Amino acid sequence: MTDNLQLNAEGKLKHFLTIEGLSKSLLTEILDTAESFAGMSEHQVKKVPLLRGKTIVNLFFENSTRTRTTFELAATRLSADVINMNIATSATSKGESLLDTIRNLESMFVDMFVVRHALSGAAHFIAQQTAPHISVINAGDGQHAHPTQAMLDMFTIRQIKKDFSNLRVAIIGDILHSRVARSEIQALNTLGAAEVRVIAPKTLLPAHVESLGVTVSHNLTEGLKDIDVVMMLRLQKERMSSALLPSESEYFKCFGLTEEKLKIAKPDAIVMHPGPINRGVEIDSKVADGPQSVILKQVSNGIAVRMAVMAMAMQAALAPGRSGGIHTVPGDRHAGSLPANGIHTIPGDKSGVA
Amino acid sequence: MMLRIDHGRIIDPANGIDRVGSVYIENGKIASVTDEPTGFKADTVIDAENQIVCPGFIDLSTRLRDMGHSRKATFKSEVIAAAAAGVTTLCLQPDTVPVIDTPAVVELIKELAEKAGYPQIYAVGGLTQKLEGTELSSMLSLKQAGCIAVGNANQPVKNLLILRRAMEYAASHDLLLMFRPNDFWLGNNGCAHEGAVATRYGLPSIPEAAETIALAQCLELAELTGCRVHFGQLSCKRSVIKIHQAKKYGLKVSADVAIHQLHLTEKDMTPFDSAYHVLPPLRTEDDKQYLRQGLAGSTINSICSDHQPHDLDAKLGAFPETEPGMSSLETLLPLMLKLVAQHAITLEQGIACLSANPARVLQLSSGALTPGFSADVCIFDPELEWQVNSENWKSQGVNTPFWGQTLKGRVTHTLQAGKIIHRL
Repeated sequence: MTDNLQLNAEGKLKHFLTIEGLSKSLLTEILDTAESFAGMSEHQVKKVPLLRGKTIVNLFFENSTRTRTTFELAATRLSADVINMNIATSATSKGESLLDTIRNLESMFVDMFVVRHALSGAAHFIAQQTAPHISVINAGDGQHAHPTQAMLDMFTIRQIKKDFSNLRVAIIGDILHSRVARSEIQALNTLGAAEVRVIAPKTLLPAHVESLGVTVSHNLTEGLKDIDVVMMLRLQKERMSSALLPSESEYFKCFGLTEEKLKIAKPDAIVMHPGPINRGVEIDSKVADGPQSVILKQVSNGIAVRMAVMAMAMQAALAPGRSGGIHTVPGDRHAGSLPANGIHTIPGDKSGVA
Repeated sequence: MMLRIDHGRIIDPANGIDRVGSVYIENGKIASVTDEPTGFKADTVIDAENQIVCPGFIDLSTRLRDMGHSRKATFKSEVIAAAAAGVTTLCLQPDTVPVIDTPAVVELIKELAEKAGYPQIYAVGGLTQKLEGTELSSMLSLKQAGCIAVGNANQPVKNLLILRRAMEYAASHDLLLMFRPNDFWLGNNGCAHEGAVATRYGLPSIPEAAETIALAQCLELAELTGCRVHFGQLSCKRSVIKIHQAKKYGLKVSADVAIHQLHLTEKDMTPFDSAYHVLPPLRTEDDKQYLRQGLAGSTINSICSDHQPHDLDAKLGAFPETEPGMSSLETLLPLMLKLVAQHAITLEQGIACLSANPARVLQLSSGALTPGFSADVCIFDPELEWQVNSENWKSQGVNTPFWGQTLKGRVTHTLQAGKIIHRL
């Protein structure tokens, strides 16, 4: 069951819905492209004209601050026009179907949907139903996938650890309900990590979790041995009311990451969290704000990775002969290191920046 | 009116017949098989050379929609599909809109059925009022109005005490309980089998235990109350084992399986394709093989279509929000024949599972070509290939994962009480 829906006829990324089915070289291409955007944020002028004239709709059926903001910033830095639709409080609450919402927005000549939805498969559905020139980026669907979060985490890991092949990564917490976890596991396995370990009580692990390509531990102290990267997941409060866990304090006692427990991992282990963090529930403040934490780095990397994915997807969505829609910047010194898809940025070269 | 079917291979499992010959029909009833009755002069002759002549099919679980669901399908559209599928008798599950829980609704259904003309439609009455699982329905009145059984469709009965009482009451009036085992709480609003595929796609999932625990509880209550129970649409290995043990132990229970469960597994689901959204969910290869063995060994004695036609909108959405169910009357025969071709069951068994056996479950004098029985007959060409497309499809619901596929085996004639209700 490969997901060809995501790729155009040339095998380029047209929709970004899930990590599953994407090759190592494509994931690497995303990371490399993101790298070229990464330095930009620190410049005074933070824009490139790659998506000038394009309209991107942030279609959020579920509330989100961080993800929506970074997508918005990413789009703005690519010079696209951005519309934020908070559907959680608009049309669908009036009974409009998902499809009708999409159809209506399509008629407004948009070029890309960035979708977050509470149900697994929503982004796939929209990608299947939408007009062929529109790209769909999954910003999180139900418990299924959150591929841009996974890629920004891969980007952060690569920045620090350089290579995936010797890495042992632990993902700790609510794997069952986590779209982030599923995408992280797929990305890490595709990029060739030595081991992906999930650590959680049985109530927070899906059935046949090993089939995702992970080893399993129910004990944080044992599970953290030899770990290079510690990924914490957010624990939703409603897990207590649905009898998955007895209490926050017991959870913290068993699975909360403290300085002491972190010592069990490798001394140079990094600590990650997709946010927003629950201090004192899944992670101690001393760890979250400590020297091994890269949590804020993840947030800033989110912009570069989302710029990369948006630029690549928009390029692939354009029909042959229309590729002039993406503006290349003359005088690009980095063209050789970028994918040959017509997306060019020039970190450090203000002269070409719009 | 006299009608003769010539040259067909007659397969009538109830009477142990499998031979080439003629079937004689007089005044809507089977007059004779093979031997020509004296003075028989056929008004109509059907040539069934190279075809199979068998009892009309009896479907234990069908939705025809209509009434509050007429946008999905109507009696009018679905009886044509049923006739084209060789179905001459079907059981309507009680989760219609309005629910079949009063004699008035039964009358309404009889009226709709009469207008549609055919096939024979039996209503299954609600076990509880509004299927809410809390108060008993007026089962005797429902029986007197014509309900052939009672059941709660896919709705839960609130607790075991209510189920016990409902079963005791049904037993008092010798009513059959049609029970689709599913523990509501363990089901946890899931939409896919709790296994590797649901885990990968992050789909809310339903464990086998949701079915097997409900099944085990109902088996215990069947013994306690003496209620006759037929278990519908089993989906997993351990259910087959449990029914096998219960039968061995002496309980008078029976079971069916929906045709698609014998062919599809969780692995066949294309990602998020709502055509595969069914309840109970498609499970594993192991479950599928056990269900097939259950059929071959008669632990499961019937195959049903579990026909659930939907409008397009019902299937357009993110997978978990789409409505479950397949439009499956018209794929019933070709998929049964595929089981035979794959040596899972014999042709005689396959036909029995669609006729003689469900007739026994419902205690009907049909499902066989016995002289004196209503002439409900299905004639099919087992080799005829056809494509599932809008040209050939009759049901208003096009929600089938087999859409576009070429299937083998097609009904050429269906007779209901001696009247030709379908001719290809």
